[in-house]
Amino acid sequence: MTTLPLRVVPRRFNFGRSGRIVERNLLVYRHLWGVLISGFFEPVFYLFSITVGFGALVGDITMPNGQVVSYAAFAAPALLAASAMNGPVFESFGIFFKLKYMRTYEGILATPLTPRDIAIGEITWSQMRGALYATAFVVVMWAMGLILSPWGLLAIPAAMLTGFAFGAVGMAATTYMRSWQDFDLIFVVTLPMFLFSATFYPLEIYPDWLQIVARFSPLYQSVDLLRGLVLGVIDWSMLGHIAFLVAMLISGLIMAGRRVEKLLVT
Amino acid sequence: MPSDSLVVAKGLTKRFGDFVAVDNIDFEVRSGEAFGFLGPNGAGKSSTMRIIGATSPASDGFIEVLGLDPEFHGSEIRQRLGVVPQEDNLDPELPVDANLIIYGRYFGLSRSLIKERIEELLAFAQLSDRAKDKVDSLSGGMKRRLTIARSLINQPDLLLLDEPTTGLDPQARHLLWDRLYRLKQDGVTLIITTHYMDEAEQLCDRLVVMDGGKIVAEGSPAALIQKHSPREVVEVRFPVGVQEGVVNRLEDLGSRIEALPDRVLLYTDDGDRAAEEIHKRGLFPETILTRRSTLEDVFLKLTGRTLVD
Repeated sequence: MTTLPLRVVPRRFNFGRSGRIVERNLLVYRHLWGVLISGFFEPVFYLFSITVGFGALVGDITMPNGQVVSYAAFAAPALLAASAMNGPVFESFGIFFKLKYMRTYEGILATPLTPRDIAIGEITWSQMRGALYATAFVVVMWAMGLILSPWGLLAIPAAMLTGFAFGAVGMAATTYMRSWQDFDLIFVVTLPMFLFSATFYPLEIYPDWLQIVARFSPLYQSVDLLRGLVLGVIDWSMLGHIAFLVAMLISGLIMAGRRVEKLLVT
Repeated sequence: MPSDSLVVAKGLTKRFGDFVAVDNIDFEVRSGEAFGFLGPNGAGKSSTMRIIGATSPASDGFIEVLGLDPEFHGSEIRQRLGVVPQEDNLDPELPVDANLIIYGRYFGLSRSLIKERIEELLAFAQLSDRAKDKVDSLSGGMKRRLTIARSLINQPDLLLLDEPTTGLDPQARHLLWDRLYRLKQDGVTLIITTHYMDEAEQLCDRLVVMDGGKIVAEGSPAALIQKHSPREVVEVRFPVGVQEGVVNRLEDLGSRIEALPDRVLLYTDDGDRAAEEIHKRGLFPETILTRRSTLEDVFLKLTGRTLVD
């Protein structure tokens, strides 16, 4: 038995195979460029509303370090973070549909692909769209004069990390969904996160205890990280935010792989 | 292990919680043959197929597919398999040809190779003029043919077909049988589950009958019918109240006789002669129907008519 050694070596990660899930989605979306184009208009609409709308009402904001910035410059990175979070959340609806109703994955699993390949492939795909959206968002911000520091360029990979982390956790959560109604739970989690993670005003407005709670919000990590990069306020706490998001990403990936395997391999 | 066995199972068992779907079965599928699993719904056929297809782990026992253990070499086994599931799971988000393209890609085939094969496969499935159509616009028979074409994209050594013709009209069934027969001629090993005896007779060299997760009989279709049921069945129906009085006068007409509440079944190798004889004896049933023995007859004999809950 020449194949024996393979039995003791753990199954190796095969990116080529999960890449074929990305290929599949590219084939599907080839005819749906409109969906991708909408990803470009999303930041334009968001930024327009805070620049022309809220910005005019609120005026300038004084940051904890004394820096004074326009409201638009303050809120824009937070909206980028929220957009990076929401993308994969919506993507998880599609994954749920494929999982429960279309039997797509069942057909795929009859091929050499494994549940893990599917999980990684779907998350990678959602991440590729996320990268496109994040880049478009940052370009629009730059064009509107809302990128105040060269560090702002790093907002693209930081937004991608955000999307990756939420995508992985979102996919894991999707596998627990029994029906469309359960998706309401996702909004019960993401909506307050969107509203209260220092998105529209500095955390210092809250009483101390609420500040502590908000600091543990996953979206807050991304908001604070992106805001620091875009405004050029760099400090060590950013490493903490990155570590938090990376931990989310890894645990989400492990969970998603396991859960998809449990659901599909019976 | 004999090298010409593509699948070997010993004491194969599959449990879902307390429920035993496959109960300690042994079988062997040889290279080049068409092997059938027969049985009613819930007999354990599909569970067995999924274990062979390396998409469902066995709970117990020994299983080797293409000389490999599915638990550790699932991807390698699936690389050489073609699978036609009981319910079509084509990709509804892609048109007909893209379904084949992406399936080929899942097997790691190059795009140029896939392109070469697609034309042939679409012709084989008689879907060449539907290549750009949406999958949802196809009829049931077309979807089935496309699923079979899809399962051939990697030129499998072993093709698994789970109830391939269930729900198809007679025309579509015969077309499928023809296609499967051609594959067999080309040397592809087939494993087929079905609950149609005629299908098993058409396609299978050897088959096992499953019931309640167990194998209750095995052999070639002809041998099975010969062993368990004569070729033909005469169904004789008398007016109400008459049957009881005449059953004993029919007993010698078949190798076996079964008196059901509404009719008498005579198992015989020559149904027409038995029917003639009934008339000669001056009996005038309401109806006489002569038909071929089916899986139902073999099956009901093997497992009895009592409903087991």
